[in-house]
Amino acid sequence: MAIEAHKVTKRFGEFVALDDVSVDVASGSLTALLGPSGSGKSTLLRVIAGLEVPDAGDVFISGREATALAPQKRGVGFVFQHYAPFTHMTVWENVAFGLKIRKRPKDAVRARVDELLELVQLAGLGKRYPSQLSGGQRQRMALARALAPEPEVLLLDEPFGALDARVRIELREWLRRLHDEMHVTTIFVTHDQEEALELADSVVVMNKGAVEQVAGPRQLYDEPVNEFVMSFVGPVNRLDDGWVRPHDIELRHEPNGSTREAQVLRVVRLGFETRIELERDDGERLHAQLTRDEADELELRDGDIVYVRTRKSRSF
Amino acid sequence: MTVRTLSLAYLAAILVAPVSLIFWRAFEHGWHPFWAAISNATAVHALKLTAEITLVAVPLNTVFGVLCAIAIVRHRVPGMGLVNALVDLPLALSPVVVGLALYLLYGRGGWFGGWLNAHGLRILFAYPGMLLASTFVSLPFVVREVVPVLREIGTEQEQAAATLGASASTTFRRITLPAIRWAVAYGVVLTTARCLGEFGAVAIVSGGIAGRTQTLTQYVQASYENFDPTGAYAASVLLAALAILTLLLMTVLRRGDRSA
Repeated sequence: MAIEAHKVTKRFGEFVALDDVSVDVASGSLTALLGPSGSGKSTLLRVIAGLEVPDAGDVFISGREATALAPQKRGVGFVFQHYAPFTHMTVWENVAFGLKIRKRPKDAVRARVDELLELVQLAGLGKRYPSQLSGGQRQRMALARALAPEPEVLLLDEPFGALDARVRIELREWLRRLHDEMHVTTIFVTHDQEEALELADSVVVMNKGAVEQVAGPRQLYDEPVNEFVMSFVGPVNRLDDGWVRPHDIELRHEPNGSTREAQVLRVVRLGFETRIELERDDGERLHAQLTRDEADELELRDGDIVYVRTRKSRSF
Repeated sequence: MTVRTLSLAYLAAILVAPVSLIFWRAFEHGWHPFWAAISNATAVHALKLTAEITLVAVPLNTVFGVLCAIAIVRHRVPGMGLVNALVDLPLALSPVVVGLALYLLYGRGGWFGGWLNAHGLRILFAYPGMLLASTFVSLPFVVREVVPVLREIGTEQEQAAATLGASASTTFRRITLPAIRWAVAYGVVLTTARCLGEFGAVAIVSGGIAGRTQTLTQYVQASYENFDPTGAYAASVLLAALAILTLLLMTVLRRGDRSA
């Protein structure tokens, strides 16, 4: 294991940010810490980096006990949510910082920084100051800076949180490719389930300072262990005693024994996907997700009466 | 009348006219009397003494000002609120009161007066007392300039430096200090101006003995009272010139701050 957090507890005053949390991260993997705000995911990341000292528990990095080790000595690269650029240094100097303080030879520093700027597609922008970069460029600079001293572990705190939607998706794909080339053990924190499912090999779902489930993206979506994971990882309907994903709801014009009557409240067209908002005869609200073709075939309009069947429902 | 004319008229009447008058009176009879007035031994000594006080008080308040600012902003220690309020005391307190307080502490019959006297140490009516008074009154400026900047930059850059392997001293030298450098410079300029112009507190603790414990501001007062207006005007012009230089420096620093 590249990183082990063992029974870690961290309190801020009365608030328990981490409650006896244990997480193992495999060497070379890309792991997501997924959870709502206040779930403790960022705190766990900061405990691993040494930026927070846990009240109880241990942290091991590459098999070494690191709990009492200062952040300087952990060999981790950390990318902050707002990138924490050194504002008085150029992009080049930012990336070179970790190498210069290690007193690496000048030629080696220059070669490494140039290589990294190339890698993060900032070659030619080395002389700029961080304030002259776009959000996405600043993020990539922060990444290059963290990677420069060749850390054993790369930690990213909400790496895409401050970017607009399009840049976010581009950077996501780019980060995945980068990880596949470099194989640095990487943990990133996110509250966006789509981001976690798309990027990570392994997802740690956290809630209220505890780990709810650790699984691969597919298993997490198909076999959530409890209601929280089910409802946090993807959209759901709460129906009768079970939970149903909107794409597991079937709509038809004629009843057939196992269907319930419902009225269409609204048809929302989102490109490939069409979302149908419904109200069942017992007043229960739900929504179904159809492909555009399926929706077109049904010719649904607001106010129509349809018959609803659930294909797959989970109860916990 | 517009707001602009009104405010300009106010500035002209309150600030510009008196200061211009000083310059006019100093150079009324040309350069020669001016030069004679400021090159006599007493004036030169006063200028030297003022410089000696300023050159020690300013570095002291710069180093401790930066440390105080870091303590106020970065260390959540109980009582820091009180420290923060205390720093402003010299701005609120009349310098005369400061002088009197030092007198009560170090003077004959003061708390430390007897002990100091017994050991042959002189604080009052000597350089140490004047330095103490000047340091007291000019203490807040570096702290007040640096605190908001430290608040604004936050701790993330320092944490980033730590994760990159920088020790605490490297982080301070290469991250914190460059980030606050304009604020420190600005604070130094204001501290210097305050030290050069200090009168009230120093007047009480120095005794104002010409050629020995007389600063430039005291020289102005003494010259005036001794029916030597030329000497008073000349020294005033020197002080005013230093003040104008300070203002220019501040303007330059403000520019640097904005371009950073």
